[in-house]
Amino acid sequence: MKAIRLPRRFAWIVAVALLAAAAAQAGRVPLPQPQQVPPEIATSCVEDTDVMRHKHFEFILHQRDETMHWGIRTKRHSLKNCLNCHVRQRPDGSYPKHTDPDHFCNACHEYAAVHIDCFDCHFDGPEKAAK
Amino acid sequence: MKDDKARDQQAQLAPAEAARRRFLAGVAGAAGVALAPGVLLYGVAGAKAPDAPVTDQVRWGLLIDTTKCATECDACVTACKTENGWGQNEVRSRPDQRAHWIRKLTVKDRSSGHVMSMPMMCQHCETAPCADVCPTGASFRRIDGIVLVDKHICIGCRYCMMACPYKARSFIHENLEGQKPYAPRGKGTVESCTLCVHRVDAGEQPACVVACNRDGHKAMVFGDLRDPNSEISKVIRARGSTQVRADLQLNPGVQYQGF
Ligand code: HEC
Ligand code: HEC
Ligand code: HEC
Repeated sequence: MKAIRLPRRFAWIVAVALLAAAAAQAGRVPLPQPQQVPPEIATSCVEDTDVMRHKHFEFILHQRDETMHWGIRTKRHSLKNCLNCHVRQRPDGSYPKHTDPDHFCNACHEYAAVHIDCFDCHFDGPEKAAK
Repeated sequence: MKDDKARDQQAQLAPAEAARRRFLAGVAGAAGVALAPGVLLYGVAGAKAPDAPVTDQVRWGLLIDTTKCATECDACVTACKTENGWGQNEVRSRPDQRAHWIRKLTVKDRSSGHVMSMPMMCQHCETAPCADVCPTGASFRRIDGIVLVDKHICIGCRYCMMACPYKARSFIHENLEGQKPYAPRGKGTVESCTLCVHRVDAGEQPACVVACNRDGHKAMVFGDLRDPNSEISKVIRARGSTQVRADLQLNPGVQYQGF
């Protein structure tokens, strides 16, 4: 009996150890790393950063209706303005498309499985990149 | 820090407060300056502040003199295409499906044989049939008279295209690229002339009017129909104007002379 029990316990310990190692090494999808705005452009967002992380869509969706129906064209929560700061030129001079992994608005959305249709219509880069 | 505080206050405006501000701004816009009893001096309709909502104290209009509109000239159409980014990126659509925010028409009077040329676009009706039939409220008349499609809520049913007596609207049949930042456009929605609302809100003239003036034809006058001292009001008062299909009683903001 003893001869059988020992290897069983051993196998169990090995299994747990293996699982833990796998989880630590390769088990997680890496957290999204949205592209940083260089400090010479700006050091803070239009609202506190953690507020933006949680609520950015509320600001832009509100602004959208204000602009469409009331002609309010303040810059602060305007979608164009987000892109002016947040979509940066690559070293090769090109700009990321909204479908590219390095587009600011794509990084988290891909991770969180959020789909937005805004760029079906809206230009996806800073205004100065528009032809 | 001070900025932060002001910003926070603004961000936390309750809807009721925001509505009150809008109302007050509207009233402020309406106030003329009394020079003498019975004489009111209205502020010249220039650029509105970016945070000021539009008001019904303005009604934007466009006057087109067909006697000055040259048959072979399409500067207004080209300028509209360049400004709003249509007519270049619809590569897969049939010609009759492509966007036409503005087109040139040649019209012949059957009995006299008189031929004239004129641009045709959204006539920005006061009682707009497109807005009437729209099931979602996407087609609407902005309070300053500009008829628009809120593409965010347009479901692409195209009732408005059927209802429009001017054939002013078109539908986007394919995925697009290369839109202008100020003129978002995309598959599955209806669109038409916006009177270059993004320019008008910034105190500028629509692109077609600028082009027509630049080319020396000067067939188009843009301005505020409500302001008796605007150029458009003065010209209409002096020489009259015609509305296309006036029998429909839609009171368009776009009006014509010379036919
Ligand atoms: C079907 C086309 C379409 C789609 C899809 C669309 N928009 Fe728009 N959007 C427009 C048009 C047209 C305007 C009006 C542009 C103007 O008047 O300057 C606009 C204006 C705006 C504005 C005000 C202008 C600015 O740059 O700040 C915001 C904000 C906005 N949209 C946000 C959004 C967001 C967020 C989404 C995605 C959830 C979205 N839109 C999807 C067509 C679209
Ligand atoms: C003036 C330039 C500027 C504008 C305009 C701007 N941002 Fe930012 N944004 C920044 C900076 C800088 C940061 C990083 C701040 C920090 O490090 O704490 C940031 C951070 C963010 C973050 C958090 C990113 C992260 O790494 O977690 C989001 C989300 C965001 N912005 C969304 C928006 C949206 C949406 C708009 C448009 C309404 C916008 N921003 C407009 C400069 C800007
Ligand atoms: C820090 C990560 C992050 C960044 C960067 C980011 N988003 Fe988001 N966004 C999210 C998350 C997470 C959600 C989903 C929130 C939820 O559903 O509660 C979301 C939701 C949205 C929504 C609402 C979608 C819906 O269907 O309701 C819009 C619109 C949006 N984001 C626009 C943008 C735009 C435009 C940018 C680029 C300027 C951007 N986001 C950048 C994380 C981010």
